[in-house]
Amino acid sequence: MSRSDGSGNVAGEARRPPSSASLLGSEMKLLFRRRRTQALLLALAAIPVMIAVVVRLSSSVPAGRGPAFLDRITQNGLFVGVTALIVAVPLFLPLTIGVVAGDTIAGEAGHGTLRYILVAPAGRVRLLLVKYIGAIAFCIAAPLAVALAGAGIGAALFPIGPVALLSGDVVEPGEALVRMLLIAAYQTVSLLGLSAIGLFLSTLTDVPVGAMAATIVLSVASQVLDQLPQLEWLHPWLFSHYWFGFADLLRQPIGWESFTDNAMLQAGYIAVFGALAYGRFVSKDVLS
Amino acid sequence: MTSADRGSGLAIETRGLTKRFGHQLAVNSIDLAVPQGSVFGFLGPNGSGKTTTIRMMLGLASASAGSVRVLGLEMPRRIDEVLPRVGALVEGPAFYPFLSGAANLHRFDAADRHSVPATRRARVAEALDRVGLSHAARKKVRAYSLGMKQRLGIANALLSRRELLVLDEPTNGLDPQGTREVRSLVRSLAADGATVFVSSHLLAEVEQICTHAAIMSAGRLVAQGPLPELRQAGSAQLRLLTPDAGAASDVLVRFGMAPVVGHPVAGHPDGNGAVITATFPDGDGPADDSGVAAGTVTPRPVTPGTVPPGRVTPEAIVAALVADGVRVRGFTVERGSLEERFVALTGEGFDVAQ
Repeated sequence: MSRSDGSGNVAGEARRPPSSASLLGSEMKLLFRRRRTQALLLALAAIPVMIAVVVRLSSSVPAGRGPAFLDRITQNGLFVGVTALIVAVPLFLPLTIGVVAGDTIAGEAGHGTLRYILVAPAGRVRLLLVKYIGAIAFCIAAPLAVALAGAGIGAALFPIGPVALLSGDVVEPGEALVRMLLIAAYQTVSLLGLSAIGLFLSTLTDVPVGAMAATIVLSVASQVLDQLPQLEWLHPWLFSHYWFGFADLLRQPIGWESFTDNAMLQAGYIAVFGALAYGRFVSKDVLS
Repeated sequence: MTSADRGSGLAIETRGLTKRFGHQLAVNSIDLAVPQGSVFGFLGPNGSGKTTTIRMMLGLASASAGSVRVLGLEMPRRIDEVLPRVGALVEGPAFYPFLSGAANLHRFDAADRHSVPATRRARVAEALDRVGLSHAARKKVRAYSLGMKQRLGIANALLSRRELLVLDEPTNGLDPQGTREVRSLVRSLAADGATVFVSSHLLAEVEQICTHAAIMSAGRLVAQGPLPELRQAGSAQLRLLTPDAGAASDVLVRFGMAPVVGHPVAGHPDGNGAVITATFPDGDGPADDSGVAAGTVTPRPVTPGTVPPGRVTPEAIVAALVADGVRVRGFTVERGSLEERFVALTGEGFDVAQ
């Protein structure tokens, strides 16, 4: 067939310049209007509620036992959120992020909708980016759900007052709330690397449950390895290494060192697993 | 693309297109040529490589060898220019079961970065209306029947004006009413100037709506062309009704045929005699005066002199039969249907191609 190469082939059709806003909006709607996502966020919000109710109903909490700050809750409701955030770090948050990140591509493939998204055409790189942004949005929402539910239930069941920080300084409740949101932000950053891993695993399979489980298992494995003294050389490279490193946010002045270390490490994971996901997905045969 | 080359060009063109899965050749060097504006039937038994070919055409799977051009542009290199002009139903419909029909279409339309958000709602409503699903637009797809999902899949292909529609088994799971609607939908799309590429294993359907067809078998393209030509290519069958079976057979053998004497026709008290069938020589048919298929035929005469020289015509056979005193009570020469052609090319039975 002889044809002068078809630039300007979209003859006569008024098409607007390419935009990703629609797909991104659609992705957010799909994610956050989905019952499963809402259930995950509700389950996370239930953690502080559970803690607060148990503490309220018990006569006294022995000091120094249970999760950090548990014994402080009765004096100040603001500690509910902080305690719940600490409780959620090792399992609950990675679990929910594993579900969302593992589902990104494999979920579409499992439904068979991936082929229709791609012939729409969404563009593979664009879809991958939008899916990762969706996972980031969930990484923001998940710790926030814990923190806000904690603040709410804490204020409802316990007195609210000035908070003594780890450095001994006392701040007003408003400032304390900001600190709690900082911890939530810290955890958002902590989960970005895991999300990138989940995104990559999700490009490997058409079975979303497989990608979810693998992501969650990796998050547990990373924490176990981080506990083994024989592997000390490896610890700074584990994506879970700084997950509990937010204590400096509870000092006056705020220490940002672990925050930036964590951010750098997560950025490295995003770069590596983002590249792997790209390499895999762009050349993948979509046969689902 | 200008309207000038629209009529002459090919909507889809593959050259040596091959797909290998491990050691298995799913698609084996096919050269497909789908003319612009045609309704093209893509036939083949299950597992013959139809859907894999479609996946390569749409850039979902990469070719192991060979090339594909869709709407004149190389795929998958020009995928961003090609796909906005193509509507597709690939290997059955697939949707988010937890979203409503309309929400699913909104989602797919939003995935097309060239679609216009301002008209999305109207286009979704129109597409749903076109496939008769307006009443179920707000229902979750989970609650849809297979036929409704199929309709929704077709609606998805119609969200924007398309130059090419690729419909893989569009009537799968549809009731007769739905099948008829799809047929008229395909005709109306073609009337609007779109090229429609329909894959199917339902021959009757293809015969009714297609202008061209191609037949796949075990990963190979075994035939393609305009539908009348494909039918022509089959050999014609002669059917003779006579009480003088023996004499008739002798005459047919002189024409180089191998007559088969069937049972006497039941229900004829006066005894019409036997039905004799034979393959008309060398695929050269009565309706075919242009000699497209096989040129002229020289029958192998058993008794020289009693067979007219040159090509065999039905009237010559009848004349010879009558001359020999055979009482001809019925005589037809029929072209094979597409189905016969299909079975001849792809084999009979339920064996899925390996």
